[in-house]
Amino acid sequence: MQKKYIKWLLFVLALMSVLLLVVFVSLASGEVKITFKNLPDVLADKNSIEYTVLTKIRFPRIVLAIAVGGALSLSGAILQGIYRNPLVEPYTLGISGGAALGVAIVLVAGIGLQSYFMLPLSGFIGALITLFLVYTLSVRRAGLSMNSMLLIGVMVSFVASSAMMFLMSLSTSETIHNIVFWVMGSLDEPNSILIKIAFWSTMGALFISIFFARPLNALRLGEVKARHLGIDTGTTIKILFVLSSLLTGIAVSVAGVIGFVGLVIPHIIRVIIGNDYRVLLLGSFLGGAIFLVLSDTLARTIIAPNELPIGVITGLAGGLMFIVVLSRSGSKYKMK
Amino acid sequence: MNMGKFFEIKELSCGYPGHFILNNVSLIIERGQFVGIIGPNGSGKTTLFKGISGELPTLTGNLKLNGNYIQKMSLKEKAQNIAVVTQNVEVGNMTVEEYVLMGRIPYQRQFQFFETSEDIAIADKYMALTGISDLRDKNMNELSGGEQQLAGIARALTQQPQLLLLDEPTSHLDITHQVQILNLIRRLSENLGLTVLMIIHDLNLAGEYCDSLIMLQKGNLRKMGTPHDVLNYQDIEAVYDTVVITRTNPVSGKPVVFLVSEKTMKKV
Repeated sequence: MQKKYIKWLLFVLALMSVLLLVVFVSLASGEVKITFKNLPDVLADKNSIEYTVLTKIRFPRIVLAIAVGGALSLSGAILQGIYRNPLVEPYTLGISGGAALGVAIVLVAGIGLQSYFMLPLSGFIGALITLFLVYTLSVRRAGLSMNSMLLIGVMVSFVASSAMMFLMSLSTSETIHNIVFWVMGSLDEPNSILIKIAFWSTMGALFISIFFARPLNALRLGEVKARHLGIDTGTTIKILFVLSSLLTGIAVSVAGVIGFVGLVIPHIIRVIIGNDYRVLLLGSFLGGAIFLVLSDTLARTIIAPNELPIGVITGLAGGLMFIVVLSRSGSKYKMK
Repeated sequence: MNMGKFFEIKELSCGYPGHFILNNVSLIIERGQFVGIIGPNGSGKTTLFKGISGELPTLTGNLKLNGNYIQKMSLKEKAQNIAVVTQNVEVGNMTVEEYVLMGRIPYQRQFQFFETSEDIAIADKYMALTGISDLRDKNMNELSGGEQQLAGIARALTQQPQLLLLDEPTSHLDITHQVQILNLIRRLSENLGLTVLMIIHDLNLAGEYCDSLIMLQKGNLRKMGTPHDVLNYQDIEAVYDTVVITRTNPVSGKPVVFLVSEKTMKKV
């Protein structure tokens, strides 16, 4: 086996270990202190408060953080690959704008708000409509124009946010508050079915995306050259576009708009291990999961018992990390 | 198998309707030939390449490689038979070895994740043949233009094609590298029996290195033949609209084309 594969394996194992560590730290942190020492006792006593906190609150939240962080980061890595543009991230394509608009409409209209599913569902439908718009406006027309796809995404995003502001200008302050909080993003999701859906669909998407690692590698040379290597670039790009949009839609609809993960994490992984998608996709997923579990743990402990919006943490930590990594790797760093 | 008709283009017209079109081009190339395509800018050289590689839709006519219709091949089969080296080897952030190994993509199964030892052996072989084995761990961005072209050729050879298409492989290079690359291609076509089709602007290099030349004019095939047949002042002046003088290289016996400046023209 080549040295390269051993390096990749070690890298993935290292990320998995870090994820495991972060999960344990997150399980232990919070108002109710649980240490490694008393963990067996806590698990043995199913009626204790600690047991309930651990299994009903912290663990589901961690699972959701893994799913959402992984989904956003993976989606970013894929989109950067198909657009061959390092600054594309899941939200660039207007998915989050569409999702937020969907939620705003439902909140303003006040329909079906007693159901846990209503907001995520409306967010997801908003995301799907945006996806459909961007896709039909750019992909179906005579081949693929990546630049127009990108611009249409950005414009759809602007239109959606303007429409949302219009709705907010008509609403009561309580509704505005709800919309703003939803948009800021939170991993506080009480519904376990939604968490399960988010987790398993993200895992499924990760599994599918890995089969596209080779076409994504070929696309690093550009579409024309990838076709010269026998890759059906049209189909590949369409499938990957839909896949990454669905990943983003799921993440946004359960957790709101959590920025920076899809941009920052794939870049950091690229700097560390290189641009080969065979390791980059899984690496980005794990990196995103680690980052979001950590960010969420900070968000809910820094000003406990209150909670910071997780977007604040990801924006601050992610942005700073990005600046440090980029300035360190200097001019040697290049995407593709 | 008819060796004389290894690669055959029959009445090929291609391009987008309304855009530039290649008109009714027919030609036959034997196995192992090194063929240069010449003609002024806009004469259809690149269009012909795109017609062969399938980037542009064929409007009429057909292309046959070794008895098989190219239009009927899947993208993968095409990539196993035809390799393309473009003018500037556009590269990302990857090592030379990674880049050359990409030539094995057409042979890898859908769900194959790792390169086989055979893939690596083939890439090694062609890196050695093109003289870039020492650069294998270098980043493609760090290479000079000539080295990048060599890497591009190594990647194309790693596809183990029957037909190699080269789009102006020497255009940005100094004479040292021009000659190095053309000598290499010459050797490849002789030693590996590889059929090479190369777009080239420099008529003197075309005459010196190629077995035969295809001259295009405004989307039509003007002439195909040995360098001596094609590189005469009548044809060149008609196609390029430029006054030239042709002589024979005293050492190689190949045709040489001289240009004359306007100032000198006025004197004579």
